[in-house]
Amino acid sequence: MAGTVFLPPRHYLNEEYGIASWLLTRDHKRIALLYLAGVTFFFFIGGAFAVLIRLELATPVGDLVSDETYNKLFTMHGVTMVFFFLIPAIPSVLGNFLIPIMIGAKDLAFPKLNLASWYIYLIGGLFTTYAIVTGGLDTGWTFYTPFSTVSSTTKVIPAALGIFITGFSSILTGLNFIVTIHRMRAPGLTWFRLPLFIWSHYATSLIMVLGTPVIAITLLLVAAERVFHFGFFDPALGGDPVLFQHLFWFYSHPAVYIMILPAMGVVSELVAAFCRKPVFGYRFVAFASLAIAVLGFLVWGHHMFVAGQSVYAALIFSILSFLVAIPSAVKVFNWTATMYKGSVAWETPMLYAIGFIGLFTIGGLTGLFLAAIGLDVHVTDTYFIIAHFHYIMVGGTIMAYLGGLHYWWPKISGRLYNEWLAKFSALVIFLGFNLTFFPQFVLGYLGMPRRYHAYPAEFQVLNVLSSAGASILGVGYLIPMAYLMWSLRYGHVAGSNPWGAVGLEWNTTSPPPTENFAETPVVTWDAYDYHAPAASQT
Amino acid sequence: MAGRVDALYFFLIGIAVFFSLLIAGLIVFYAVKYRRRAPAEIGADIHGSLLLEIGWSGIPLLITMVIFVWGASVFFAMARPPDDALNIYVVGKQWMWKFQHLDGQREIDELHVPLGRPVKLTMTSEDVIHDFFVPAFRVKADVLPGRYTTVWFEPTVPGRYHLFCAEYCGTKHSGMIGQVVVMEPSEYQTWLSGGAPEGSLASAGAKLFADLACNTCHRPDAQGRGPVLEGLFGKSVLLQNGETVVVDEAYVRESILTPSAKITSGFQPIMPTFQGLVTEEQLLELVEYIKSLQGLPQVPPR
Repeated sequence: MAGTVFLPPRHYLNEEYGIASWLLTRDHKRIALLYLAGVTFFFFIGGAFAVLIRLELATPVGDLVSDETYNKLFTMHGVTMVFFFLIPAIPSVLGNFLIPIMIGAKDLAFPKLNLASWYIYLIGGLFTTYAIVTGGLDTGWTFYTPFSTVSSTTKVIPAALGIFITGFSSILTGLNFIVTIHRMRAPGLTWFRLPLFIWSHYATSLIMVLGTPVIAITLLLVAAERVFHFGFFDPALGGDPVLFQHLFWFYSHPAVYIMILPAMGVVSELVAAFCRKPVFGYRFVAFASLAIAVLGFLVWGHHMFVAGQSVYAALIFSILSFLVAIPSAVKVFNWTATMYKGSVAWETPMLYAIGFIGLFTIGGLTGLFLAAIGLDVHVTDTYFIIAHFHYIMVGGTIMAYLGGLHYWWPKISGRLYNEWLAKFSALVIFLGFNLTFFPQFVLGYLGMPRRYHAYPAEFQVLNVLSSAGASILGVGYLIPMAYLMWSLRYGHVAGSNPWGAVGLEWNTTSPPPTENFAETPVVTWDAYDYHAPAASQT
Repeated sequence: MAGRVDALYFFLIGIAVFFSLLIAGLIVFYAVKYRRRAPAEIGADIHGSLLLEIGWSGIPLLITMVIFVWGASVFFAMARPPDDALNIYVVGKQWMWKFQHLDGQREIDELHVPLGRPVKLTMTSEDVIHDFFVPAFRVKADVLPGRYTTVWFEPTVPGRYHLFCAEYCGTKHSGMIGQVVVMEPSEYQTWLSGGAPEGSLASAGAKLFADLACNTCHRPDAQGRGPVLEGLFGKSVLLQNGETVVVDEAYVRESILTPSAKITSGFQPIMPTFQGLVTEEQLLELVEYIKSLQGLPQVPPR
């Protein structure tokens, strides 16, 4: 860190210039930045919907927008955030950028397929954007039948088609990651020397490849029933409405793990780097990712405890849901133990990691409330659920995503951001988040149903608190947008390893050259081994 | 029931607070105690501990199994209505709740029930999925088209309680609300006698049974082309394919709408479908009429 550092003369950003050099690139790092632009765009679209939702809910009567518009707002908030931000965010941006570098490879196994994934994502996004701007969608992001196939008069087909198409980008990305991790590790980089970020992305990729086809087929069935009146889900046509829910959650529950597993991978990296210490219980954390991926496929029925499934099915899904909580708990305990006798640096990424652990813990523990069937009956479909999954998705995934973005930003851009502003905005986001979503736990237990445009007056105080929190949270998200952009031009040059961390990504220049490493590294040390002299080039 | 759900809830809050404070406390404590004091400082070379891993997998596993059993026992109680429960029928549609009492009273968006007696609702939907949710009673159940679901509760305090539709059902979903009015038994009797001009639900069903000419085939004297319905409800019958089926609300409904689905052994599949000819509410009247045909065969009133 000492002395003046300069940007490397040649790196992936100045290798070529011009629009075509980006739109036709096969460099995983440039594709990661294309994804960064895409997911950031959808994040702010989805965020704008959230702002309108919270504004409407500041008063008990429906006054700002009509009920029809309100229903579209929460639907489009969910669709854009889940399918176009949360699912691709960490894998396609950070995973894309880092997986080849972390394993000492020049690129992903299939660079052209990687570019194709981005275009598929973009085309899917265009379909859904078309649905949004030409009238919107009001089915809820869950597309429950027979409402979505018979009753809704909104743009179900283009929106579903957009999600269908985007699914293929997910499948191809997962396939690319699996093959890359199997085949392209540097000499000496055995499975148990891999960073935990790689393990969690491996587990995520399995879900992407195995789960996504199911949602694709399900949405096709919805389209077929809507257009051709084939009776899959509508009882009037001889179908079964609950069948849809089984198919939908068979993907959409594992999809929660597509969102949270990469976030867990990021947090493992952050905690290790800012404690300068190996992650406690490395193998347990690694296998916990796989356990979550496998068990995650067996718990979908916990979304349907009040949907009229049999009592015995509910029992099985309940006990399996409790089991999936164990590997998550193991991870939390191991991260905490990693801090013991560490060298803990209070840098911005670490603040996000700590925020993640705290919020994810609350999100996970409230998941136990929902897995307990007798209690789930009361709180499901209320604001308790909303609070719970926002603690996982926003408090978990987005905190980790921002933490990862701050940690690897110097590697991606070659420059440092304003540390003071970054810490300030991390704090604003943490406080704003809790003020937004904590009151919703209480609201839910008191009985306020989700997806309500107007509500009884006794719920107003808690709703006002939530809306106030949302405005703080919104500002918190805009600040990093500003200083990260600013740093691209004016930030201090970072140097190859500004954090003094170990890991192959810190053994190359910032930004890295297109081929990542001048020569393929040979790995003789374990991940996070701060005591192996070869590991660190600080 | 509300008390049992709340007890589990507060137990879980205790668990959640304990573990949240444990984790948060440790993180803050370590972050302060082990904060980096020199730029080149590195952490201790600690890799893990099998004993700790076993401990923090095993203890949460035990705790979650306790919660599982507790939650399941509450759920079982919710799933089994007492035998002496008062039956009320519910039909949900975009965007209202329709209630049919056995004595014939009909209500919309308001449900009157007596204090201190279990109430069992048998529910269906005319269109999309709805959900019957009364937060004060801690009960919630989806109301599905083409199917009967049930929910039960026992009100313990007189008053008016929120009723919400908890499954998103379209434009006026947040307007699909109502009230459950819990009355002292004597007031409830007064309310019941207040008005049911068309007679009881079963008698409405009997009239419909005759109007639709069901009684030409389903005759009490076993001379008809269809099975005798008297004393049938709740029994199990042998089907043509060798299976048996219990005659419950769902089976009666299916036999009216899709008669060929499950043919009783010894009968021809000649009954026409009544799909589109009877509403969900009329189906419930017919179900209630067939339920009322217990004991000795009797001639249906004309």
